[in-house]
Amino acid sequence: MNFDLNDEQKMLGEQARALLADMTPFDRLRTLIDSNAQWDEPLWRKLAEMGFLGVTIPEEHGGLGLGALDLGVIMEALGGANAAVPFMSSIVLAAEAIRLAGSDSQQAKWLPKLASGETIATFAYAEGPGPVFATGTLLNDGKLNGSKSPVADAEIADIAVVLVGDGNFALVELDQSGVSRTRLESFDQLRSHCRLDFVDAVAEPMPGMGKLDRLIDQAAVQAAFEAVGAADACLTMARDYANDRQIFGRPLGGYQAIKHKLADVAVATELARSNAYFGGWAAESSLDDLPAAAAAARLSGIKCFEMAARENLQIHGGIGYTFEANCHFYYRRERMLAVHLGNRGFWADRLLNAQPGSQVTAA
Amino acid sequence: MDFNDSPQEAAFRTDARNWLAEHAPAHQITPGSKMTDIEEADRGRAWMRELFSGGWSGLTFPKELGGGGLTGSEAVIFSEEESKYNLPKGPFTTIGTGMALPVIAKHGNDEQRAQFIEATLKGDVTWCQLFSEPAAGSDLAALRTKAVRADDGSGDWIINGQKLWSSWAHLTDWGILIVRTDPTLPKHKGLTFFVVDMKSPGIETRPIRQISGASEFNETFLTDVRIPDANRIGAEGEGWSCCMTVLMGERLGSGAHRSGVEPLVDYAAATPDGRGGTMMDDGSIRQQLAEALAEEQGERFFQARLRTMVSKGENPGALAGMVKLAYASRYQKTNGLALELRGLSGIAAEAEDTQTGDVQYDYIYSTVMRIAGGADEVLRNQIAERVLGMPGEVRMDKNVPFEQLK
Repeated sequence: MNFDLNDEQKMLGEQARALLADMTPFDRLRTLIDSNAQWDEPLWRKLAEMGFLGVTIPEEHGGLGLGALDLGVIMEALGGANAAVPFMSSIVLAAEAIRLAGSDSQQAKWLPKLASGETIATFAYAEGPGPVFATGTLLNDGKLNGSKSPVADAEIADIAVVLVGDGNFALVELDQSGVSRTRLESFDQLRSHCRLDFVDAVAEPMPGMGKLDRLIDQAAVQAAFEAVGAADACLTMARDYANDRQIFGRPLGGYQAIKHKLADVAVATELARSNAYFGGWAAESSLDDLPAAAAAARLSGIKCFEMAARENLQIHGGIGYTFEANCHFYYRRERMLAVHLGNRGFWADRLLNAQPGSQVTAA
Repeated sequence: MDFNDSPQEAAFRTDARNWLAEHAPAHQITPGSKMTDIEEADRGRAWMRELFSGGWSGLTFPKELGGGGLTGSEAVIFSEEESKYNLPKGPFTTIGTGMALPVIAKHGNDEQRAQFIEATLKGDVTWCQLFSEPAAGSDLAALRTKAVRADDGSGDWIINGQKLWSSWAHLTDWGILIVRTDPTLPKHKGLTFFVVDMKSPGIETRPIRQISGASEFNETFLTDVRIPDANRIGAEGEGWSCCMTVLMGERLGSGAHRSGVEPLVDYAAATPDGRGGTMMDDGSIRQQLAEALAEEQGERFFQARLRTMVSKGENPGALAGMVKLAYASRYQKTNGLALELRGLSGIAAEAEDTQTGDVQYDYIYSTVMRIAGGADEVLRNQIAERVLGMPGEVRMDKNVPFEQLK
């Protein structure tokens, strides 16, 4: 048994972290917010140039054809940097949906452009309050009607994979008269959200049926990697601040009230990392284990990032409540990540339903 | 990432499996069989002897000292295979191999190694640990049991004091003992390490009545116990460093997993809620069960990561305490929830319901898991200091001669 990342994966993570440290320091994030930018386009171009966007896209479509753990180390780095790029929308969700459910020609047309970053895609699933994976939007005779809201990164996306009435996917180009995009006030100031209204929008069905579960299980594993990276960044930030800050004649980090809090965050983060590793392994090598592995990774990812984002700000004290400090980026993103792709209750149900012999009995 | 063995590991596993298939069944304990502790200890010795004659004792111990000289990965594989059988293992075997031998190997002299190592690996000598005291638990170096030289010129030591929580002290042959030899020095410096023959005059062992109703721990009174200087391990004043060697072994050993969540999921799914459904229909119960499952799985795979480190020859250090910290609290929470789900039957079950009794016992027992082998609070300090690099505790007693402390 070797339950560890391999050397190539560790190196890939190093490269991603180095690139992000260089290109997206916290002052850069502040500039993006102040300039009302929707995203960090230069960073996206650089990620494309380094080949990171195509990590899991098959080689015949211009990617590297690697697996979920390779993608995971990149997601972990993106989470750590709180990066303002549509990686989850375009690569983890939309590109993977096209790979799983798209026709040969849909794959051939879009995957190379997604790998190169030339095209940005998003995955539209929610329809306002109610079930997170909603199916009120309908595709009939190539015409799409309905509304999806909120949709992350929709304003900068060229195409969307849309969850439709029968639980399957439609592919729609967003730059057309049948589609209108309304920008919403996004709680995470570094990830924009829109409402998408479709009125007889031209759309194609995607022939692969019943791929939603697999898609969101895989995405849940990646979300766990992202949460672990972000939680780790909060932990380091809080630790550094506490060790440096003097209070009552000694470092704040010397008090057990602070040490014990961060020790608990560290434990939660390592448990989540372990579950994310197992989820990545299951996605690559053991699909039967994926539903339970993904749900456990998702739940523990939510938990560790929630603890880390809150306690990081708390440990900073008053300065943590200022825009100058860096805690708020993570504090906002944490809630966004906690509710996208289904919240804790949703994944608790999926975890229990994946246990042998314990299906939900309630109607 | 790979859950499969390398070809060498697979070959080793096959060897281990074949040997165990031939030798382990005869030593298995039938579940539910009532044994006296004397029988249990004898069965333990017999299994140790079997392991030794098969060449499976002290696998990672150096060959020249009578061990197997193998890697951590092979030791992990053997213990995985061994744990498929219900074998008589317990503190009476693991204190010897996991604590006494490492300290004798590292700090002892050649005579002591010759006297104890092989005998312990064979099960001829079993061990107890005489460390904690009424006023020295997490702060072990506050211990007060003292040793002074006999005034007859023999060089022997005379020991007086009281030790606590010494598992199996009444049935083991030797004890590892830490005492204060110089109270004029600060507390960590005046300590010396000994091995003591448990049949020495002046040793009295009394069982401690625990809250679970069991008495697996003892208190041990030492009154004018005479120990020859030849049984001192390491130099006078080197006791604390010996203790560190012992406690590192203890940490790596703690954190074994015992599942409790999945049976609880089954219980909830099978128990009517009185409204036409089952307890599984309750959102709050579902949430608690799912969180517990996710945590339990996280502990299991974190343990797998640590085992991978050990198999590569790395020392997980304070990371090992993280698993134990998570596990002990989760175990308490899970068993608390298990009692709650049973409603009033959880506190007074019908005689034919044997499961509830186990849950009750585990709920009581979980309290000591949060204390023994590193209390939660001690582990949090260690994680903060050694993993996260935060400042150490303020130590009021540092550099103060022990005899001047209150």
